Amino acid sequence: MSLESKKLLDRTTQIRSDFPILDRKINGKRLAYLDNAASSQKPMQVISKINDLYSNYYANVHRGVHSLSMESTEAYESVREKVAKFINAGNINEIIFTKGTTDSINLFAQSWAKNNLKKGDRIVLSEIEHHANLVPWFMLRDEIGIELAFIPVLDDYTLDIEAAKKIINSNTRLVSISHISNSLGTIVPIKDIIDLAHHNNAIVLIDGAQSIPHQNMNVIDLDIDVLVFSAHKMLGPTGVGILWAKMDILKQCEPVIGGGDMISKVTFDGALWNDIPFRFEAGTPNIAGVIGFGEAIDYLNEINYIDLCNQSHVISEYTRNLLEEMEFVEILGPKDKLLRTSLFSFDIKNIHPHDVAQILDSEGVAVRAGHHCAQPTLNKFGFSSTVRASFYFYNNFEDANQLIESLQIVKKRFLQ
Amino acid sequence: MNDGMDELYRDIILDHYRNPRNSGSIEGDSVIIIEEFNPLCGDKIIVYLHSLSGELIDDIKFIGEGCSISQSSASIMTDLVIGKKIEHAKQIVQQFHTFITGGNIDEDDNSLGDIDAFKGVRKFPARIKCAGLAWNSLDKAIDSMKKLT
Repeated sequence: MSLESKKLLDRTTQIRSDFPILDRKINGKRLAYLDNAASSQKPMQVISKINDLYSNYYANVHRGVHSLSMESTEAYESVREKVAKFINAGNINEIIFTKGTTDSINLFAQSWAKNNLKKGDRIVLSEIEHHANLVPWFMLRDEIGIELAFIPVLDDYTLDIEAAKKIINSNTRLVSISHISNSLGTIVPIKDIIDLAHHNNAIVLIDGAQSIPHQNMNVIDLDIDVLVFSAHKMLGPTGVGILWAKMDILKQCEPVIGGGDMISKVTFDGALWNDIPFRFEAGTPNIAGVIGFGEAIDYLNEINYIDLCNQSHVISEYTRNLLEEMEFVEILGPKDKLLRTSLFSFDIKNIHPHDVAQILDSEGVAVRAGHHCAQPTLNKFGFSSTVRASFYFYNNFEDANQLIESLQIVKKRFLQ
Repeated sequence: MNDGMDELYRDIILDHYRNPRNSGSIEGDSVIIIEEFNPLCGDKIIVYLHSLSGELIDDIKFIGEGCSISQSSASIMTDLVIGKKIEHAKQIVQQFHTFITGGNIDEDDNSLGDIDAFKGVRKFPARIKCAGLAWNSLDKAIDSMKKLT
């Protein structure tokens, strides 16, 4: 082992102590938490930040002139700036707080697409989308008669870019696509797709739910038009997400939810909208969630999360290689390791994923079993569900080995 | 192992999972077909219920896709109710639900057969839905049959 990777491993050990839950015993066993693609665990720093807010400076935001309201408003609004820096957005007013990725996509569908597209306009999706990037568009299609087209996924689990060149045509107004598939682990070449879309004067929404927790995202360099992601997959609290879009696009959006905070003036005859982004954030927002998310971003920056995520990718690949040697396991996902992220789905012949996950749980290993909210994608490959192991930077080789050893126990119980 | 796994995956469950009884479909106009899904995991059970008189279950089969708990439960369910009176089958469904959610049933009742095998499932709330899938299908099949007659 190189000195460099030894140092990174020591760093992982140190980082793990920030996550109290990792010390928990599950069914008397050490916890190996490998369900990070569903949601990440939270460091003490984030937990304490929320505790600190409620203990010391909590009040509603954007309301009162009293000290508490000013302090909490300042803390809340400072997160907008942190998020903007994190994705290299040029304007902090382009950051809209939502409930999560799903909410962000729904908001964009209803506020931009519904008001700017007409019957016959095309929205291009792909065959590796999760339900959050499918169902809102089905609903809109049924509502206003737009046309949906899908970039196919090939047998090697990558997207058919050649087909995309035809599917993204001059009728296309929006391409909405995941950066990383949550069920296959495929990394999508978004730069190629963005170029294709822009060539046809279509805008591009990137669903970064699975990518942003692991890598640097620069919306300006990539020339992304709209970006959505969730706080809870990157150490933040649940119930917080981001919708970022270029200001020109946000100006074409109509508010979807009306109420307090999103208006500048209300009479009994009507209302005038507040400025962007506030017009999209009606009602009292998730104050504690947003402030906790700000702390998560600070933490990620402080620990230099990208180096650590590269290390967890090594551990994911190590686990995958060991799994490949097990003749009773079939792994989904691209063969080329440069095209896949730190998660993989697998199937054990003649044992249902639910049963696999149940026995793994009895050994302290937390994995996801099911369709991962990507039913059409799995069905395309002939599966109704799979087991998914997904890694984050606090996972170590012990987690990997625990999964491998526990799979032998699964085999013993079912296949002998 | 004392982690509930032996109790959950009893031999009888694994046996029904590997060698399902009454698996397949029944054709005919008077056959009631009910499909049930578990949206959480994509498990699926289709129950085919045939009753000529509307009083007796002449034949029952199932086609399914899913975990050992959902599939063995379908197998055990069909085994239990085949040839029984509709009203009796309805009672068995109710007793199964009582049992699986932790209630007491008459354990000496022979007509409840292998239901006892699912005792271990009661400790795993996430799996109770798996076990109940086939029984919900049967329940709905009986109800829709009653509507017809």
